[in-house]
Parts: sequence; structure tokens; C-alpha cells
Amino acid sequence: MLILTRKLNESIIIGDNIEITITAIEGDQVKLGIKAPKQIDVHRKEIYDAIQTENSAASRTDLDLLKHFQEKLNKK
Amino acid sequence: MRLKTKYHGEIEAASDSIIQFPSGIPGFLDEKRFVLLPFGAESPFFILQSVNTKELAFVMTIPFLFFKDYAIDLDDATIEQLEIESEQDVAVYVILTVGDPFENTTANLLAPVIINQKNKRAKQVILTGTTYKTKHPLMEQKEV
Repeated sequence: MLILTRKLNESIIIGDNIEITITAIEGDQVKLGIKAPKQIDVHRKEIYDAIQTENSAASRTDLDLLKHFQEKLNKK
Repeated sequence: MRLKTKYHGEIEAASDSIIQFPSGIPGFLDEKRFVLLPFGAESPFFILQSVNTKELAFVMTIPFLFFKDYAIDLDDATIEQLEIESEQDVAVYVILTVGDPFENTTANLLAPVIINQKNKRAKQVILTGTTYKTKHPLMEQKEV
């Protein structure tokens, strides 16, 4: 992993159009400002990971369960 | 085109019914083409079936049927990526993680699937600035 030291209000550039700026440092928290093209999605990693995990679980669906539930719904 | 599906056997899918996910789906980034199949007549459930991978299919529902107050704001990036021109062209679904028993099924309200029905471009959007989570019990809501 590349590690760079930056101070408040300093930036890094990734490629030629993604810019990340240190906008605030408060205790153990760092605020980042991110400028990126609109087709680039930026997410907190733990949230992206949670979506990946959920999608993976969702893809392993048992069809019989769904059928069974559909029958129950139809009876209501 | 002929399509092998996880739940519906082999089906015929018109090429204009194919939904494009230009950036894939988190966890399945190489899967960019899907078809949306109703689970059954008058069913609130839909199957999002991968065109390329027979075994890959998601169960989805229309969130507003189960979560009456569900509301989302689409960000400009999504509107641009999907080339959305009118709100009326937008369909919103959420992916279900089907539980055993089914009563344990949850809906991922944090990352709805947004489809521009006009050009069939779609994206699983990860909402920001909301309290929605990846697991909302489907049934609890229904009973309330």
C-alpha cells in the first residue's frame, strides 16, 4: 500500500480527475473532501462491504421457501 | 434469446427486455445484464435473473407494498448514470434475503435497485444520509 503524509488542506490526486483533500482533523477523526467524476461512486468501505455481503446472502435463496410463502399470501 | 434461469427453467427473453447494470452489482461486478421476471401472477415478488449466470438470481419486491413510508432521494450521479429524464420512468425495487422460515425474510432498504424503464439502465444505489439498513424484517411491517 502506498502511504503518503498530508497536512490539513493538502490533497492527493488519483489518476487525473480524482482529488482527495484533508479538510479537517479532530482527535482520531479525519474529514476527507472527495472530488471525483459523477460516474465514480464513493462509499464508506464498511457500508459497501455490508451491501456486498447482503447481496451474496440474497443470491442464495431457497425457491421452495418463496413458493411456500406465496401460497400463504394467496390464502390471506 | 433463449435464457436458462434459476427459477423459471428455460425461457425466451426479448432482447429489449434485458436490463443493463453498467457497473454491475456490488459483489457481482461482472454481472451486467439481467431480466426481471414476475414470480407469479399477482405476486409481490420479482426475480432479477442474470443473463449470463443461470444460478444467479435475486428475489426482489416493490418496497412501497411492505414499507409504506419508504422514500428515497436519488442523487445527481445516479440520475446522470441512468440518464433519467422523468420520475415516471423510474422503478424502485429492493432485494430480499429470504429467510428460513420465510417470516425471517429481510429487505435491503439501504441499497434499492433503481431501473430506468425507458432505456433499461439500472443500478443498485447505496443511499447516503438515511437510517435505512441492509436488513429490515419484511413481515413485521406487514403485520403493523
